[in-house]
Amino acid sequence: MSAHADHAAPVGGRILTVPFLILGMFALIAAYFLILRFIFGLEAAANINNGYPWGIWVTMDVVVGTAFGCGGFVMAFLVYILNKGKYHPLIRPAVMAGLFGYTLGGMAVFFDLGRYWQMYNVFLPWYMHFNSVMLEVALCVATYVVVLWIEFTPVFLEKIGFNNLKQKLEKVLFFFIGLGVLLPVMHQSSLGTMMLGAGYKLHPLWNTVLLPLLFLSSAIIMGYSIVIFESIFAAAGLKRPQETHILAPLSNILWWLLLFFLAVRIVDLLWRGVLPNLDWQGFWFLVELALFVIPLAFLSKNHQTARVLFLSGFCLLLAGTLYRINVYLIGFTAGTSGWNYFPSVPEILVTIGVFSFEIMLYLIFVKKLPVLASPQH
Amino acid sequence: MNRRDFLKTAIASAGTVALPTAQARDPKQMPEKAVGMLYDSTLCIGCKACVAACKSANNMPPANDAPDLKKWNNANTWDTPLDISGYTLNVIKVYKEHDNASNKDQDYAFMKRHCLHCVDPSCVSVCPVSAMRKDTTTGVVTYNPDACIGCRYCVLGCPFSVPQFQYDTPFPRIQKCQFCEHLQKQGKLPACVDVCPTGASLFGDAKQLLEEAKRRLAKKSGETYVFPRGKLGSEERPPHEAQVPQYQQHVYGEKEAGGTQVIYLSGVPFQKLGLPTNLPDYSYAVVTESIQHTLYKGMIAPLALLGGLVYFAKRNADKHDEEDKS
Repeated sequence: MSAHADHAAPVGGRILTVPFLILGMFALIAAYFLILRFIFGLEAAANINNGYPWGIWVTMDVVVGTAFGCGGFVMAFLVYILNKGKYHPLIRPAVMAGLFGYTLGGMAVFFDLGRYWQMYNVFLPWYMHFNSVMLEVALCVATYVVVLWIEFTPVFLEKIGFNNLKQKLEKVLFFFIGLGVLLPVMHQSSLGTMMLGAGYKLHPLWNTVLLPLLFLSSAIIMGYSIVIFESIFAAAGLKRPQETHILAPLSNILWWLLLFFLAVRIVDLLWRGVLPNLDWQGFWFLVELALFVIPLAFLSKNHQTARVLFLSGFCLLLAGTLYRINVYLIGFTAGTSGWNYFPSVPEILVTIGVFSFEIMLYLIFVKKLPVLASPQH
Repeated sequence: MNRRDFLKTAIASAGTVALPTAQARDPKQMPEKAVGMLYDSTLCIGCKACVAACKSANNMPPANDAPDLKKWNNANTWDTPLDISGYTLNVIKVYKEHDNASNKDQDYAFMKRHCLHCVDPSCVSVCPVSAMRKDTTTGVVTYNPDACIGCRYCVLGCPFSVPQFQYDTPFPRIQKCQFCEHLQKQGKLPACVDVCPTGASLFGDAKQLLEEAKRRLAKKSGETYVFPRGKLGSEERPPHEAQVPQYQQHVYGEKEAGGTQVIYLSGVPFQKLGLPTNLPDYSYAVVTESIQHTLYKGMIAPLALLGGLVYFAKRNADKHDEEDKS
C-alpha cells in the first residue's frame, strides 16, 4: 500500500443506484433466511445432512469466496516482493477484494458453524488440536483477515487526512505484507489437504495427495484472474479507461501458472491411472478441464484485447470455482449411507446474498475511498 | 540472500507439498488395555433390546424416523429409528436380499450400527478443538460438547459415517456412541451388551475379542461352539451352545482404516451390511497428518518463507523511500 498511493482517488457518484438496491434486496433475503437458521437450526435454511455435512455455504462462501479474495496476496507478491512497480495501480482494488472475500468468508463460517457461540474455542490453547488441518485453516484465515484490514488501513487514513499516522503505519507495513503472502499460501493449500480427510468418500478424479498444491496453484490463478476481471469490469461499469497495458503482461504470468496447474493435474491423473467415466462426476470433470484449457488457448496469443482478457479471466474464475465445487461437493459421496444433497432455495439465496453484500461493499468503497487508480494519471 | 536464492527456497518449500511421505506420521497403535466389542451378526436375533437400552442409558429421546409410522406416532411415544442420527446412538438394521427373504445369514441378516472406536480415529485427527478424544487407556473415542464448535468435519471425515449432527435445533451437538463410558467407570457393561440375550454384542478386551473372533472363524460350520455372553472371559453370565454358522472368512475391523476396537463377524458379505469394504489398512489421518507434518514441522518452512518475504518487502519499501527522497 505504500509507494505511489497518491495516484488512487475515490470514483465518486451516488451510492444508491438501481443495481445497488437490487443487491441490497438479495442481502435482505439472505438475512431473513439466516434469522430462520438461528431460530430453528441449520435444517430450516439448508439441505445439508449427516451424509453431506458441508454444503454450498462451506464450498461457495468459504472455499470459493476466499479463493476469489486471493487477488490481494498474489498482487502483493508481485508488487512488493518481486518489486514489479508497474502493477501498482492494481494493488488497492486487489487487496480490497481480498478484504471482502475473506471477511465475508469468516462471516459465512459463523453462520455455518453449528455451535457458533463456542467459535472462539479455536483460539484457546487448551482446546487447540494442532494435527487438525482445519485448526490451521481457521487460525490462518482469522489472522489473515486482521492482516488485510491492517494492509487496507492506509486507505482509510488517507481518506480522513491522517497522513502522519499513515506514514508511521507504512514504515511497519512491510512485515504485514510478508505475513499477508505467507498466510494465504498456507491456508489455501490446506483447504485442499482438508478434503483428503474424507478418504474414499472423495472421488479418484480429485483424490490425490497433490490436492494442497493444486488448491494453492488454482487459488493463485483465481487471484490473478479476479484482478484482470475486476479491472476490466470496473472500467466498463464505472466508465473509466481500460488498464489493458498492465493487464496484458499480467495475463502472461497467468498463462504460465495455468500451464503449470494443468501439467500437474493431468500428470497426476495419468500417474494414478484415473480416467473420467461417462457419469455425473466424469461430466463435471470434463467441464472443469475445458474451463481451464480454453483460456490457455486464448491467452497464448501475443496481442490481447480487453475482451479476450475479460473472457479468459471470467472463464478461469469459473474453472477455479468448479474445481472447488467438484472437490467439496460433486466429487464427494456420502460413503455407504444413502444420503443425497442438493442445495435448497433458501441455502442458494443466502449464498447469493453474501456475494451481493460483497459487491455492495465494493461499490461503497471504490466510490468513497481512494482505491482505484485515478484515470487522469 | 538474493531474490534468486529466495525464490529457490520458496519453490523448494512449496515442492515439499509433493513429498507427503517425507515426514510420515506413523499409524497409531491400540492402547494396552483397550476395550472393545465383537458383534456377531449371525447371533443377533434382531430383538432391538440394545436399541432401547442404549436410549435409556444415554438419556436419548425417541426418534420418530419411520415415515409410514409417523401418523400413528404423533405423540412420538414409539422409538422408530431407521439409522443412527442426532438422536440415536445405536441401531439394529436388517439387510434383506428380497421381500420374501427367510434364510438368516444368507438372504437376510442383522446389522448393529454405532461407533467402531477406531484405533487411529479420523474424527479425532480432524477435530480442530479436541472435542473428539481417544482415551489413552481404554481407547474409547469420546465427545466433549463444551469444546465442539459444530464444524461437522468429524461427520465428513469418519469412514463409517458415525458422528451425527443435529440439524433441527438452534443449539445442536454431535451425537455418537461413547461406549457407555459412564457405565464402564462404574464397572458395568455398556448398555447394549448388558441386555443382549445371545451374546451377539460381546464386550471385553479388544485383543482377546479378536482372538475369539478368529477362533469362531477357525471352526467348521455345523460344529458346536460355546458362545459367551456379556463380557468375554467373565463367568458372570452363562454361555450358550450353538452350531457354528457359515461365516464370511474375515474379521471386519481387524485392519480396516487402521483397525477398530469394535469388530464384526457376519454370514453375508460385509458390504451388504453397509460397511465400507474399500478401506485401506491405515487411517486417513495418516495421510493428512503426514502432509501437515511435512510442511509445518516445527514451523520451520513457514518461518523461513516469512523471513524471506518480509526481507524483500522491507528492502523494496526502503528502495522506494530513497527514490521518493531523491
